[in-house]
Amino acid sequence: MTPTLQIFLIISAALFAIGLLAALSRHHAIFILIGIEMMLAAANLNFIAFWRFGPQAPQPVGVMIAIFSIAIAAAEWTVGLAMVIAVYRHFRTTNVDQLNQLKG
Amino acid sequence: MNTWIATNIWLIPAVPLVMSLMILSLPNSARGLGAWFAIIGQILALAMSIFAFGSTLQAPGSATIQNFTWFTFGDSALRLGWILDPLAAAMLVMILLVGLCIFVFSVGYMTDDKNFKRFFGYLSFFSAAMLGVVIANSLLLLFICWELVGFASYLLIGFWIERPSAAAAAKKAFITTRIGDLGLFLGMLWLYHQSGTLLFYDDGKGCLEGGLALLGANTTFIALLIFFGAVGKSGQFPLHVWLPDAMEGPTPVSALIHAATMVAAGVFLVARVYPIFLVGAINGVTTSLTVVVWIGVITGLMAALIAIAQSDIKRILAYSTVSQLGLMMVSLGVGGVGAGIMHLLAHGFFKALLFLGAGSVIHGSHHEQDIRKMGGLRRVMPVTFLTYAVGMMALSGVPLIFSGAWTKEEVLHSAAHWPASRVPYFLLLAGVVLTALYMTRQVIYVFFGNRRQASEHARESSSVMTIPLIVLAICTVAFSIVLTPAWPWLHNYLTRESAHFDMAQLIQPMLILSFLLVAAGIGLGVAIYRRIALPDSHQLVDLDPIAKAQPALFGFLENKMWIDELYDRTVIALAKRAARVSDWMDRYFWDGLVRGFADLGQLFGFVMNSVDERGINAGVDETTAGTRGLGRLMSLAHSGQIQTYLGVIAIGMLALLLLYAWLA
Repeated sequence: MTPTLQIFLIISAALFAIGLLAALSRHHAIFILIGIEMMLAAANLNFIAFWRFGPQAPQPVGVMIAIFSIAIAAAEWTVGLAMVIAVYRHFRTTNVDQLNQLKG
Repeated sequence: MNTWIATNIWLIPAVPLVMSLMILSLPNSARGLGAWFAIIGQILALAMSIFAFGSTLQAPGSATIQNFTWFTFGDSALRLGWILDPLAAAMLVMILLVGLCIFVFSVGYMTDDKNFKRFFGYLSFFSAAMLGVVIANSLLLLFICWELVGFASYLLIGFWIERPSAAAAAKKAFITTRIGDLGLFLGMLWLYHQSGTLLFYDDGKGCLEGGLALLGANTTFIALLIFFGAVGKSGQFPLHVWLPDAMEGPTPVSALIHAATMVAAGVFLVARVYPIFLVGAINGVTTSLTVVVWIGVITGLMAALIAIAQSDIKRILAYSTVSQLGLMMVSLGVGGVGAGIMHLLAHGFFKALLFLGAGSVIHGSHHEQDIRKMGGLRRVMPVTFLTYAVGMMALSGVPLIFSGAWTKEEVLHSAAHWPASRVPYFLLLAGVVLTALYMTRQVIYVFFGNRRQASEHARESSSVMTIPLIVLAICTVAFSIVLTPAWPWLHNYLTRESAHFDMAQLIQPMLILSFLLVAAGIGLGVAIYRRIALPDSHQLVDLDPIAKAQPALFGFLENKMWIDELYDRTVIALAKRAARVSDWMDRYFWDGLVRGFADLGQLFGFVMNSVDERGINAGVDETTAGTRGLGRLMSLAHSGQIQTYLGVIAIGMLALLLLYAWLA
């Protein structure tokens, strides 16, 4: 079986769906972050897949974008974790159900 | 001439001014420090003024002038300036020397006062203001300093503000001199209108140089208005009433006012702007100068007469000052500017000496000022007595070694040669007799005879008070060296000529005549008051010998010729009536108008208020309620659960995707 674009897109969509499910259903903030990260990974996979199966561009554009995206994701993690720690210190919990201060 | 101090002459008033500000910002407890600051300021300024004086000697007859622009409006600039000429230099040295003696004396005299420090702050300020008057090269700058002098005198005359009489005297001095200052101010404006400059000297363009030609026919009025300012400041008739009342201030203040800083300003002003008085002179006589002469004569004679019947030691001296100032004015009016200024300088020394001597007497007799209650102080206060005698003889004009005699002689000499009339000369001669008479009376009452109530426990003052007296007495005597007709150095210095020694000038008929008159005055005084000096004179002193002989005349003089009462009935009564009318107008007419407008405004406000309440507010309230309800509804959607939000977003995205797929 030769790898085709469809297979990668199906895998990517599955990854995205799993990530979304994690972000929606988990109560722990860190798991929500992990879910978001999975959705980001799905997007990165799409970048590379479209580049690989698109018109053979000489430059590794898709890979570059994915690498940038991963670098940004790492920075985002730093901020995200710091926020989680700050939230924990303040509210003594990381359960997002209880963090409803923005309630209207 | 262009030495450092001549070009930085402003430093001389600046030093006492800075000292004054420093003293006033010290805490009230820093008594000694305050006095030291004031005295050091005087010493510094005195040293600088001696250097300045020295620099004027190098080039006789020239002046150093420093003009600068104060501010500019449009294309005309207002310029002020400093001047150092012989007149200013001589005044500077006299003011600071006398001032220094008075400052040192004050340390002893005011030692028990709770506002000791503030007193020295004011004294320093007073001195600074007067120095500013002397070195001003602009009538405006002179006027500014002039007013500061007035203000400082107000502060000092009313220094014992808790006494109602002191507060009243300060007010009287301030308002009376202000009447004169109004004249000066109008004269200044008129002068500016005519000549376009207020600088005295400005390379030939000043109002005393080239500007004189622009004055035209108004010169007489300008000169008289300026003279009116001098009348107020120098206590000339009819504005002399404040000067005797100014005795309410502490005695050092009286000394300062009478000798150096206040009354001298008026005479100085006339001497400074003398060219204005001289415009259009025929044989040295102009209308304005004639007025000056007659005012001076009236003042001199009137004050000398009043002084005979006074019983307050300081009040006698005050009237003698008024009288001597009259003499100076006569001298200026008849053309003897040099003689007038010389008498001003000599008078500064001996009048400060007399006032400080009186202060020593008052201090020694427990703040009693009535000469009838003193007596016999000759033995208990020898230093005060001897120095006072020097001052008394200088004032009376006793010949040879007392400066006042020579300057008085010069004045008489000028008056005798006045082309317009000989009457002032004869009246001045009468004044000489009277002066000798009232000073003899005072000295006999205070220092001779028995010790009466106030002097029973009198004692000599401490050396901080007697040393200034001795210094001033030495000055009074030593000053005469440069005054004699044999070597008229000072006169020539002031009139910018060179002096030469001529012994033959010493013997003149007029000299002998005036000395005879002095002897007559003193002899008359001794003859009249002889019995008071006798040992058993207790009952005699209650009634003055003149009062016994001429009760009506004495009462007239004792009550200062009823001038205060006359003013009370006329000018003050008129002012009071005008004030009452104005008060009524203000209360009922203008206030009514204002109140009417206020009521109108209130009515308008009431209407506006109801419109606002009923009409506009109701609409706004409705809108607010609607907005708030909507907001409450909207806020229900915000649960605060971010995962719900995320889920809704995901569902929305899915729906959009489906819609897209379906449409495509």
